[in-house]
Amino acid sequence: MKPGVTAPPVAIREVTKTYGRFRALDAVSLDIAAGEFVTLLGPSGSGKTTLLMVLAGFVRPDAGSIRFGDTEMVLTPPHRRDIGIVFQNYALFPHMTVAGNVGYPLRLRRIAKAEIARRVEEALALVQLQGYGERRVDQLSGGQRQRVALARAIVFEPRILLMDEPLSALDKKLREQMQIEIRQLHERLGITTVYVTHDQREALTLSDRIAVIDKGRFAQIDAPARLYERPATRFVADFVGESHFLPVEVSAGVVRLGGRPLALGASSTARDGAALLVVRPEKLDVIDGQDTAGLNRIDGVVEGSVYQGESFLLQVRVAGGVRVTMRQPTRREALRRLPGTGEPITLGLHPEDTILVAAEGTP
Amino acid sequence: MTEGPNAGALAAAERGERRGLFLLCTPAVLLISIVIFLPIGWLFALSFTTEQGGLTLEHYARMLHPAYTKSFQTTFELSFLVTAICAALGYPLAYLMSQVSAVWRAMIFVSVLFPFWTSLLVRTYAWLVLLQRRGLVNTWLQETGIVDEPLRLVHNFTGTAIGMTHIMLPFMVLPLYAAMTAVDRDYVRASASLGASPLKSFWQVFFPLTLPGLLAGVVLVFVLCLGFYVTPAVLGGGRVLMWSMSIERSVAVYSDWGAASALGVVLLVVTLAILWVMNRLFGVERFIGAR
Repeated sequence: MKPGVTAPPVAIREVTKTYGRFRALDAVSLDIAAGEFVTLLGPSGSGKTTLLMVLAGFVRPDAGSIRFGDTEMVLTPPHRRDIGIVFQNYALFPHMTVAGNVGYPLRLRRIAKAEIARRVEEALALVQLQGYGERRVDQLSGGQRQRVALARAIVFEPRILLMDEPLSALDKKLREQMQIEIRQLHERLGITTVYVTHDQREALTLSDRIAVIDKGRFAQIDAPARLYERPATRFVADFVGESHFLPVEVSAGVVRLGGRPLALGASSTARDGAALLVVRPEKLDVIDGQDTAGLNRIDGVVEGSVYQGESFLLQVRVAGGVRVTMRQPTRREALRRLPGTGEPITLGLHPEDTILVAAEGTP
Repeated sequence: MTEGPNAGALAAAERGERRGLFLLCTPAVLLISIVIFLPIGWLFALSFTTEQGGLTLEHYARMLHPAYTKSFQTTFELSFLVTAICAALGYPLAYLMSQVSAVWRAMIFVSVLFPFWTSLLVRTYAWLVLLQRRGLVNTWLQETGIVDEPLRLVHNFTGTAIGMTHIMLPFMVLPLYAAMTAVDRDYVRASASLGASPLKSFWQVFFPLTLPGLLAGVVLVFVLCLGFYVTPAVLGGGRVLMWSMSIERSVAVYSDWGAASALGVVLLVVTLAILWVMNRLFGVERFIGAR
């Protein structure tokens, strides 16, 4: 398989799809570069699967344009789109062997038998299933089916690869292992990939860029690190990673939490009015005297703690009655600094990690 | 016996549970034994005995007579034909049902099942009225000028086949429909994404996955046809002699219980043989619908 020779960029323009009164997709636009790995991340019912089905051609949108390179595809039927799809339940044909499944797209393209056999074996080797060709599908484990589905979706060198929550049926260990394999496979093949998931950690692990989708619209489209460190809205901050929200007041460019001013990072600005401070558990530290100059300070009382093996969660009720969680690694010296339940605590937050989002609508 | 705390009591509880299940089955087992296996055994014995009670094979030897071989042939020809027509009509109908919206599906379901809720005899006589010389069908055909002379649609092979097809169709459609709804839509989507045109998707993916349902329908209809009596008797008008009618004649006309029993045994054996062969070829679990 030649890496990414034919991968075209994908342009999604103002795609709208309604079901009765329900707007599954509301004029969404997204540009995907050639060879890019983009994840559509959102809760169930957000429209991410609808968008994937529109890309694949199984759902006809009410309006909009889908372009692969310079070619308008929105009216092209699915079997002429040349897209590899990995389905959530794999959709491996039960009446064919593993080799029969993987070779099926090649047989449809009338490729010579010997060539088919060679490419099937090559694709199976790529997903580490050499020699499994003659197995029946029902003799495979979940992880193996997943790999066969992947091999079948890439064996015919499609222009674009779509994956619809392909790992959701696997257990945690296997899922994490497959995430790394999918990532490596993408690097080797350089195929333009659109991946759908509701698992934010999976999205962060796999993607070049993540498009967070909510109620049929994109809430934010950004690289994983930027999405996590600089969420644009309360929804994104809440959906990607764990966040607590503290109401703050902004006046004359100064952010105040309970009257105490907060320093912001160099790139941040705040508009006057009410806003929410995004507090992530692992960004918080304990202030106990030394080496904490320059950190924003939040006072509170320890309400409880949870031991989770690799980390330790501390629940802290801060001024205003909001409860935030702090995560600390279970290193000896880190644990020694933690106050007990009922004791006062001062939390430190680095100005670069001090993120504000608009307070609109939600409490 | 496993050693350990409560081992004896736990084993006893296990035995008690099994005994309970066995007791629950008992009424059904008794009923089937008394009303099915016992009479079949008696039938079997009768077919090998003369009226005086001696052992004989004459009832079976007589079946080589042309009158019986003809009846045997008719039965199979008619059953094959009706099964084939049912499959040809039933598959598209079931496919339609599996594809349309819920409202349309309900309407088709009702029209398929409606005959089920009407008496077999009523439906058969309705066909007699429709198909006779001055019936609705012939009148219409003549008035529209499609034919000059009324067609002979009843009291023959054609009429019997029409009536039987109508009555057998639900037995074909229902297993087919069940098999089709069990086929995940993603299979067809997957084949389309891999480059299969709708026609190829259908023949290479959808159709093979519905074969178990088709086979179940075929076996069901064929076996029911083999023993069909009422409809061929009414619509055949005595000219279409099914195996079941031969049995009836042996008893009603000749009072020959031995001959009737022998004919019944042959029908039973042939039916079981067909089921056995189908089972060997395609596996019994597919008929039951487990996939």
